[in-house]
Amino acid sequence: MQLTGAEIVIRCLQEEKVEYVFGYPGGSVLFIYDELFKQDKFKHVLVRHEQAAVHAADAYSRSSNKIGVCLVTSGPGVTNAVTGIATAHMDSVPMVIISGQVPTAYIGQDAFQECDTVGITRPCVKHNFLVKDVRDLAVTLKKAFYIAKTGRPGPVLVDIPKDVTNQKCEFEYPKMISMRSYNPVVKGHGGQIKKAVQMLLDAKRPMIYAGGGVILSDAADRLVKFARSLGYPVTNTLMGLGGYPATDKQSLGMLGMHGTYEANMAMQNCDVLIAVGARFDDRVIGNPAHFGEVARKIIHIDIDPSSISKRVRVDVPIVGNLPDVLDELQKLLEASAGVPDAKALATWWKQIDEWRSKKSLKYKQGKEIIMPQYVVEKLYEVTGGDAFVTSDVGQHQMWAAQYYKFDKPRRWINSGGLGTMGVGLPYAMGVRFANPKATVACVTGEASIQMNIQELSTAKQFRLPIKIINLNNRYLGMVRQWQQMFHGNRYAESYVDALPDFVKLAESYGHVGMKIERPADVEPALREAFTRHKNDLVFMDFLTDQTANVYPMVAAGKGLSEMILAEEL
Amino acid sequence: MRHIISILIENEAGALSRVSGLFSARAFNIESLTVAPTEDASLSRMTIVSTGSDDVIEQITKQLNKLIDVVKVVDLSEAAHIERELMLVKVRAAGKDREEMKRIADIFRGRIIDVTDSTYVIELTGNGSKLDAFLEAIDRSLILETVRTGVSGIGRGDRILKV
Repeated sequence: MQLTGAEIVIRCLQEEKVEYVFGYPGGSVLFIYDELFKQDKFKHVLVRHEQAAVHAADAYSRSSNKIGVCLVTSGPGVTNAVTGIATAHMDSVPMVIISGQVPTAYIGQDAFQECDTVGITRPCVKHNFLVKDVRDLAVTLKKAFYIAKTGRPGPVLVDIPKDVTNQKCEFEYPKMISMRSYNPVVKGHGGQIKKAVQMLLDAKRPMIYAGGGVILSDAADRLVKFARSLGYPVTNTLMGLGGYPATDKQSLGMLGMHGTYEANMAMQNCDVLIAVGARFDDRVIGNPAHFGEVARKIIHIDIDPSSISKRVRVDVPIVGNLPDVLDELQKLLEASAGVPDAKALATWWKQIDEWRSKKSLKYKQGKEIIMPQYVVEKLYEVTGGDAFVTSDVGQHQMWAAQYYKFDKPRRWINSGGLGTMGVGLPYAMGVRFANPKATVACVTGEASIQMNIQELSTAKQFRLPIKIINLNNRYLGMVRQWQQMFHGNRYAESYVDALPDFVKLAESYGHVGMKIERPADVEPALREAFTRHKNDLVFMDFLTDQTANVYPMVAAGKGLSEMILAEEL
Repeated sequence: MRHIISILIENEAGALSRVSGLFSARAFNIESLTVAPTEDASLSRMTIVSTGSDDVIEQITKQLNKLIDVVKVVDLSEAAHIERELMLVKVRAAGKDREEMKRIADIFRGRIIDVTDSTYVIELTGNGSKLDAFLEAIDRSLILETVRTGVSGIGRGDRILKV
């Protein structure tokens, strides 16, 4: 049957079992929206700004491992989407973005709402396409979904000129796709895996360092099994939180710039390190030269060969899909005659417990001023540790990561790589669409939340009962912290003035607003929000300590064991 | 270290910008880059000359392989290979210089492919240092224009880069 390009787009999305498309209409995508209007197999979520459409689709994907899809128009539709696309790209989130383009004959003519979409997005997508012929449309969309979810996942953009959406051709959706230029590795190299097993069994001070790859590849169960059978300590990166249960006794918590003392010390001092879906980011290992001063053997499992030996030389590289590699490792481990060195391990754990006893996350909650850490701890208690928590970027993000103990994967949704302020609220929306019954909390700050505040309207339209935990310190907190520590207390432009009354703001959108100013009110307010207002969006404006800093801290350019602890100041 | 990297890439619109964009985004160095379709018109072959430490070259080849359109990547300089570059030089060739210019071109096995009363265009093929040597050997003030293609390379013997 002959279909128009617009009909083909809709059919392809249906074939891919898409449930939601997050988008915003405009001139170049009108034929697509017209076809979207005529069908009911998937729903469209109308956001209030294209950036939020991409963030919502991104979180939909992160919280479910289904592919987030968004639809934006040409020109400003695309440029507004770029921040969202770059955010997803940095965190390897599988997504498909469909953008309208001016008609093919107008391309390059500086037409109304024209931009070089493929050129602008090229550095921040896994791949992108411009479809110039309607006969290429179905196969290109198939490729887009295939590329997005295989190998190291990432966003793929398909740019479709308006005339292509109105031309007809025979429609057939390809069942399979094969590309001679793209064949991601699945199985790890057997010889390397064997070497890794021996190295792990020979370790005296072993360490498991697990990143976002564990979450993305759904390898958390296997990681837990693997770590428990060895009895080795595990640390998670910011992106890997929930990949190993935070409440487990083998968990040392998060490592890195704001990691726990024990995680960073163990990372620095281990003799055998196995990196599982992690990439030795600058916020994770600090100064690579300092990290390299301690001799240790490194095993690195990653699906992306270019992540291996990029910042740190490794001894045993294993390129492959994590679940497959972990299965193989487990099998060899169980078949092996060797066992971990119990005596050495006991000494190592004793050392780790000593580091733990520093209690590097402790803080004091007085009677007068609310400490931000306290709010997150109470949020954890009130939600039974079972909420999906999204965050924006800054101090509140670190406190959420440090004090909400994630036991399950895909529960912690934040922008780790790009560090995009403004993701929190649209992320919470995306999570709720993917998990319609879930408890969703957005931990944010008064500065971040204002970067996509317009989405309170979308949340109202779709009745999304998100709980916004606004840690309001009237500062760009993380900027202020750096200015205090490294720029002589000169708080250049980091004070947030002329704030709205968030309670009234929330109410004007038809939501519930609460202002919480005293420590004693924190828990009751949270209980009220999560019980009485279970089905409402509640904007909780917590006035918190203006001087609170995030500790421990490894200053930029410093080594992991050179942490600044709260008590040292 | 100088490396010659050969790439087979899908001959699609924008393929060159994917590669050049990667080099600029990751601060990799490009000394020269040549590209043209192969005998199979769906594939282009690119030769990139770059310099960098072993770690950098390893990242370059890995990052190139990661591009979805790239079919194959080979570091030619890892083994025996041949490299050639073509240069066209327009020189002033009048009076006493005319004979001398022809003599030096012959020594370098260059060919004169365009002649006027006062100029020659000399075609010269070889590796980069030979072309440099030719430019050194002639009187610089006589050079009117030069154009070089950048390096193309191929492996020796049984080393074949093909799909």
